[in-house]
Amino acid sequence: MTAPWTADEEPQVYAVERSGDLVHVRQAIRALAQRCGLSLVDQTKMITAASELARNTLTYGGGGTVRAGLVSANSRRGVGAVFEDTGPGIPDVEQAMTDGWTSGGGLGLGLSGAKRLVDDFRLRTAPGEGTAVTIIKWAR
Amino acid sequence: MSDRIPILRIGDILVVSVQFDLEDQTVLNLQEDLADQIVAKSAQGVIIDISALEIVDSFVGRMLATVAAISRVLDARTVVVGMRPAVAITLVELGLSLGGVSTALDLEKGLAKLSRSTSTGPR
Ligand SMILES: Nc1ncnc2c1ncn2[C@@H]1O[C@H](COP(=O)(O)OP(=O)(O)OP(=O)(O)O)[C@@H](O)[C@H]1O
Ligand SMILES: [Mg+2]
Repeated sequence: MTAPWTADEEPQVYAVERSGDLVHVRQAIRALAQRCGLSLVDQTKMITAASELARNTLTYGGGGTVRAGLVSANSRRGVGAVFEDTGPGIPDVEQAMTDGWTSGGGLGLGLSGAKRLVDDFRLRTAPGEGTAVTIIKWAR
Repeated sequence: MSDRIPILRIGDILVVSVQFDLEDQTVLNLQEDLADQIVAKSAQGVIIDISALEIVDSFVGRMLATVAAISRVLDARTVVVGMRPAVAITLVELGLSLGGVSTALDLEKGLAKLSRSTSTGPR
């Protein structure tokens, strides 16, 4: 899926190719979350979820992009972000979404935790083709 | 090349204040530098001040837990101070409870916590 981007503004694309890029992604999401008027707690949740997903894009996807911008639907506004890579994909999504399951040396909290932190969470993946995770946090 | 965060010493306590959003490598450097300094300075305690941090993700969270575990093995104690309320809420929802990490609300309370734990017991 693609996020319901606001009509008057294109989402920006950020590269996720090295670990320093994660800092830029967090900054970009913070700026959007502030512009959109998310509460401080919701800003923190959205930035943290983005940090987890961007690190997965880098670590497991072999790098990719983040598309981020303001979204709107049914007169609500929010922040949306799509984390996309053309890496190996996730063979067993249910397993990957389980708290504590990791194929590497992680804590296995990134995917499942990010899902809890946002309002909308969608994961699309195909073996050998890549992974795309879309998240949205709506302003209250 | 990557940044290193300065480690200050107050008596036998090491104090680190994280002032900005860190790159992963800087986080790993800090973990190593603290382990080295605990031994080199015979430190009894470590205080990590994260009051300036707007987010703590699982990577930084794991570093805090690892430093706490390393310091225990090296006969020192770590206290994480100044975590923002929004950060605490987010960490719990993320699923990171930081069970083995001792915390205090600010630097002063953190120092008090360490001095209590190092001055009690048989001398
Ligand atoms: N973009 C991706 N491409 C391929 N596999 C992925 C991707 N994202 C996640 N995974 C797989 O899903 C597993 C779970 O991811 P999750 O982020 O929950 O935990 P982790 O990254 O292993 O640890 P943590 O994020 O807690 O440090 C990963 O170990 C990896 O196998
Ligand atoms: Mg992860």
